[in-house]
Amino acid sequence: MRDLDRSPLAQLTLAWLRETAREPEAVFWTFVFPILLALALGIAFRRGTPARIPVGVTAGSLAESTAASLNGENGIRAVVLPADSAFSELRRGDLALVVTASDEGIEYRYDPTRDDSRSARPVVNDVLQRAAGRSDPKSTYDVTIQERGSRYIDFLIPGLLGLNLLSTGLWGVGYMVVRMRKDRLLKRLNASPVPRGRFLLGFMLGRLVFLAVELPLLLGFAWLVFGVPIRGSLLLLTALAVLGAFTFTGFGLLIASRARTTEAVTGLMNLASLPMWILSGVFFSSDNFPDVMQPFISALPLTGMVDALRGVMLDGSTLAGVAGEVAVVGTWGLGSLLIAVRIFRWQ
Amino acid sequence: MRMRERRREKDRWTRAKSLAEADTSAVVCRGLTKRYPGVVAVDGLDLRVEHGECFGLLGPNGAGKTTTIEILEGLLEPDTGEVRVLGLSWRTDSKELRQRVGVHLQETRLSDKLTVAETVRLFRSFYREGPTVAEVLGRVQLAEKENARVGSLSGGQRQRLSLACALTGRPDLLFLDEPTTGLDPQSRRSIWDLVESFLAGGGTALLTTHYMEEAARLCDRVGIMDRGRVITLGSPADLVASLGAEHVVEFSVSDGEDIIALEAQGIDRFRVLPDVHGVRASNGRVFLTVGHVHTTLPALLEALRADGLTLAGLSTHGATLEDVFVALTGRQLRDA
Repeated sequence: MRDLDRSPLAQLTLAWLRETAREPEAVFWTFVFPILLALALGIAFRRGTPARIPVGVTAGSLAESTAASLNGENGIRAVVLPADSAFSELRRGDLALVVTASDEGIEYRYDPTRDDSRSARPVVNDVLQRAAGRSDPKSTYDVTIQERGSRYIDFLIPGLLGLNLLSTGLWGVGYMVVRMRKDRLLKRLNASPVPRGRFLLGFMLGRLVFLAVELPLLLGFAWLVFGVPIRGSLLLLTALAVLGAFTFTGFGLLIASRARTTEAVTGLMNLASLPMWILSGVFFSSDNFPDVMQPFISALPLTGMVDALRGVMLDGSTLAGVAGEVAVVGTWGLGSLLIAVRIFRWQ
Repeated sequence: MRMRERRREKDRWTRAKSLAEADTSAVVCRGLTKRYPGVVAVDGLDLRVEHGECFGLLGPNGAGKTTTIEILEGLLEPDTGEVRVLGLSWRTDSKELRQRVGVHLQETRLSDKLTVAETVRLFRSFYREGPTVAEVLGRVQLAEKENARVGSLSGGQRQRLSLACALTGRPDLLFLDEPTTGLDPQSRRSIWDLVESFLAGGGTALLTTHYMEEAARLCDRVGIMDRGRVITLGSPADLVASLGAEHVVEFSVSDGEDIIALEAQGIDRFRVLPDVHGVRASNGRVFLTVGHVHTTLPALLEALRADGLTLAGLSTHGATLEDVFVALTGRQLRDA
């Protein structure tokens, strides 16, 4: 205990931990918020029995029989409607496909850029052709599986973990630094023999102690409630989280290195983190963005972090498999820290 | 223990002397200037503070006191000029100096969420030697508050805590920037007691203040600052004596109905009254510095009656540093 009292690093780390732990908001955003987010999104995007394909059949002499054969099929829900109201429901997206049956044949009306419409077209056609007497030359069997690790919640949890590392690094550290500068506490510390490096290191160690609670909490929750797997090494996953905490703490220090007001630093932190919320593949795959943007997106620290976490958790990647991502994240961390130390404003 | 330390310090002095043009004063600065856009905050300042002395920079807000003390504390770089503190330079020996100098800054807000003891323990961990946390808290009378959050302290208690942080490293030299500004009289006196006990232990202190009674009570020597310069320097008693008079008679007059604000040209007639050494007017009131009140007062009343004026207010007090400042600048400390 005496040794702890005499160590500036221990005392600075403790000061950070005490300040943060005694702030109810900080505890909420670090520990509770990611779990609430995971719970809400996990429930919203859970897979139950797949919804039946909504199909409209335009009123006419063959309409009732057509609808009857479609409704005989499990995955389809067909309704008979006057032509114009069927078309307007199709436009609104309530129907995937509109069928008009006549003696000459069957007309399918749909928007080929809509995924649900495009996949509805062959399914509906099969049912109607078979009802009209077509026989398939080969018999088929379906074996359905649902694998853990391929669901949306599995995709989401590593993303949320990465996002949490970013947010707590930026807000927990950056905000506190600026408040200390505004209160002239930084100046007061600068007037005492505080080794500057140790002051910054204290923030990082404090973050790591928080991580030791935050990481098992989120992963344990995801595993218990949603059965999210961890396929790779738990040690590697922990090491990645530590790297992330280090990097984003450094990033937070960099953003807060000059700002004098909490308003200014709030703006800067939003400016830095919002693009990553959207681009870095936290909530949906970053492959959705055009190819020209991909080099920029993969250079972002959160992209590297999320991809590496996802690789280890879902694909069981080894360190060699995520080396590229680790290099990107590590470079950001080290670079931010070095610049932050150089340009840090103590007054 | 204390003696041995002193001796070691002395060795350091003799060593330093051979290295640089060492000066054994606790603080020396020469030709200090610091400009900010549109303002010269410090304008060619020379200063010397001896070991064991309490030196005060007295002056109104904006006189350049804080800029000066922050340069001496090594927190600001002067534009020109030289500073040596404890015979060392901030540029080359800041690590050593930080260990031996205690600092109380104006308007520092220590973390509200930490307790009193946690705060002192944090600062104590930075210093290689010094009293224990309990000793420091005892000395600043915060022992029973040790587990209270800083956020729950009163203004006076916060100020004492800040002083405790400044004392944790057992400094040889203490810098205090406006240690009692905004405090009630009782809290102010308890801060004074603390500084006096530090001085009694052989410490050196440099403080800034705009309270003349604070400077008069604590300081061995006072430098009165105005517009970035030290305009006069000496012991409080010598400075007051330099007025050549020991009392101030302060009055305002009316013509029977309204108070008349006498301006500079209207007050010369009081200069010829017996035993008057100085005359000035400020805010409609007239100030006479006099040798003896009982000699001047009857003549003053007679003169007023002759002019058909009556007294609207009258008071007398012993001359103070405030009167020194007013005599030198024509303005008052509070509203200068």
